[in-house]
Amino acid sequence: MKQKITGAEALMRSLEAEGVDVIFGYPGGAIMPTYDALYDHRKTLNHILVRHEQGAAHAAQGYARVSGRVGVVLATSGPGAMNTITGIADAMIDSTPMVVVCGQVGAAMLGTDAFQEVDVIGVTQPITKWAYQIRRAEDVAWAVSRAFYIARSGRPGPVVLDFARNAQTGLVDYEPAKVDFIRSYRPVPVPSDETIQQAADLINQSERPLVLVGQGVELGDAREELRLFLERGGMPAGCTLLGLSALPTDHPLNMGMLGMHGNLGPNVMTNRCDLLIAVGMRFDDRVTGNLDTYARQAKVIHFDIDPSEINKNVTVDVAVVGDCKQTLARVTALMQERRHDAWVEGFAPYRKQETEKVIEPAIHPQEGPLLMGEVVRRVSEATEHRAVLVTDVGQNQMFGCRYFQFSEGRSVVTSGGCGTMGFGLPAAIGATFGAPDRTVCLFVGDGGLQMTIQELGTIMEQGAPVKIILLNNNFLGNVRQWQYLFFNKRYSFTPMLNPDYEGIAKSYGIPSRTVTEREDLDDAIREMLVTPGAFLLQCAVKEEDNVLPMTPPGANVDEMMLEIEN
Amino acid sequence: METKFYTMLIYSENFAGILNQITAVFTRRQVNIESLNVCASSTPGVHKYTITCNCTEEMAKMLTKQIEKKIDVLQAHYFTDDELFILEACLIKVSTPLVLENPDVSRIVRLHGGRIVEVNPTYSIVEKKGMTKDILDLFSELNQLGVVLQFVRSGRIAVTKSTEERLDKYLEEMERMRK
Repeated sequence: MKQKITGAEALMRSLEAEGVDVIFGYPGGAIMPTYDALYDHRKTLNHILVRHEQGAAHAAQGYARVSGRVGVVLATSGPGAMNTITGIADAMIDSTPMVVVCGQVGAAMLGTDAFQEVDVIGVTQPITKWAYQIRRAEDVAWAVSRAFYIARSGRPGPVVLDFARNAQTGLVDYEPAKVDFIRSYRPVPVPSDETIQQAADLINQSERPLVLVGQGVELGDAREELRLFLERGGMPAGCTLLGLSALPTDHPLNMGMLGMHGNLGPNVMTNRCDLLIAVGMRFDDRVTGNLDTYARQAKVIHFDIDPSEINKNVTVDVAVVGDCKQTLARVTALMQERRHDAWVEGFAPYRKQETEKVIEPAIHPQEGPLLMGEVVRRVSEATEHRAVLVTDVGQNQMFGCRYFQFSEGRSVVTSGGCGTMGFGLPAAIGATFGAPDRTVCLFVGDGGLQMTIQELGTIMEQGAPVKIILLNNNFLGNVRQWQYLFFNKRYSFTPMLNPDYEGIAKSYGIPSRTVTEREDLDDAIREMLVTPGAFLLQCAVKEEDNVLPMTPPGANVDEMMLEIEN
Repeated sequence: METKFYTMLIYSENFAGILNQITAVFTRRQVNIESLNVCASSTPGVHKYTITCNCTEEMAKMLTKQIEKKIDVLQAHYFTDDELFILEACLIKVSTPLVLENPDVSRIVRLHGGRIVEVNPTYSIVEKKGMTKDILDLFSELNQLGVVLQFVRSGRIAVTKSTEERLDKYLEEMERMRK
């Protein structure tokens, strides 16, 4: 005879059945029965106690982004659940698989404005792939399995399980559930042979193809398929912010980063190519600039797993809707072996121009204060371009993504669509659990670090080996740059009075060092990397530095500013 | 771009909160819902939503794709009026004493194909089925006579003229994929 167990215990067994090994969470009233059950599963379910639930959500994102597995968050009802909201919205727009289990008042009290009751389903429905309220212990196994299936399949995303207290304490004859089919949900469409042929025909006819590589390539585990696709067609490529490590930085066909602060070549050539091939990217406005002039001369092929992305922002000629691991290989098989040497060569003058005007001055300055760009490039070199890059949001993010280099996949953890300041520190903690064998380097500004600085406590408790590179310019730098450019240099609330960060690090038992002089930088980076565990490297960088080049908001993609006039 | 009147036929599983998710898509894309009807469909456990709105065809495509993306939505399609059999209905509550004073009232009701379904000394009820315009014409004429106490018009309900049953086909196809 089967023994009855509680819904909370059923949750633990269901999480184990899904292969969960790490949970980021924070206990509280309405989730206490679940935390009580967790106490007996500490060996298999490694619970990381964060210092604020937002930290749990971002840590789960960092874990998921580097590992490809589902990040798991546990929080209490009401305020606990609400504190995860930013991370859930971030995971939704950046397609990160995540399951958030939060407590809820008992079903009998739902809707009565009970203590710590918030309509979590109502709040999270627009920012989740699925949000479900578990009101009976009998539903736990099914709901958890369905949640993980939805979170990880197709275009990944966050799922919320709102776990009523009575369902946690109620008894159930537990039977494992395995949901791998939902009749209203087709996670991986399969395009017809005709579509594949149409895509291959366009590519075979093209003289000036340009491939836009997005995070979909990483999510679809299709880096190798992408490489073969590019090399067979001799096609140059640009990468989106989240797609940066989908193609090694030094690959001869990698022309650099797309977008507002991307590289000049791929942006300018977007408006020169005769065929634009987007793979696993969504034509975000930070990539396209003015849509009315975006690649109007080119035919467009769009590979994506999500049908609702097709023709959303850019009208396409051929839509290849499916898993790019398969679709890229199918199209590649029909492609002629081609080279487009003259076309690829055409990127060189732009690279040269950008190198002379922007890149060299940013990464090899001869005098003046430390620059963010040089710090980023030195750290990238010191880690042999093999580390995981985690950034916060702002100038640290743009310099980080421009000047860090990548040789391995799943190496970029940054808040793309949402642009969440405060993302960096907790996401980096999560990344150390998702990729325990890799070096995790976080670039963060003085603004963003203070938004989730409490997670230094998590680092202390867990010994999470996050290499924190604080690019301190005493400003909210990105907003200041925009104020400089577009608001007549009126620095409205962007200068910041900063605390003693080394003192804070010391309080948390985290070794630290501050660099103000260029000649000390390499040694400081070396010290950071050889010191076991976490390290805070504070770099006193130029206060009013600007990220360049830049496509001003709403401008044409090929109209990049290389310098800012005083 | 040209806007048109579209009717969307949407099918979902019978789970709580799906109506919310569907209407939220319209809100986000700033499209007003003109009418909405929800009921059980001919397939057990499947709900049918009939929603009308004015928008461009590109928007109608986008809306249906974004609605279909919701996990528990089975299908979402958009149609123009010529592709559908359509029905709407209204109830008009009129004052019986005023109706008795004015012989035009019953003439207008009959002219418009309305039906008087209740008469008592205080009020009478007129019922009419038809297209939006016919219903509004009847209401407007009666209203001009000053006899109307209450007026309510249903949302549109519609079935496709097509001989192909897309939902059945979809469900059969999905059942074949079930392991």
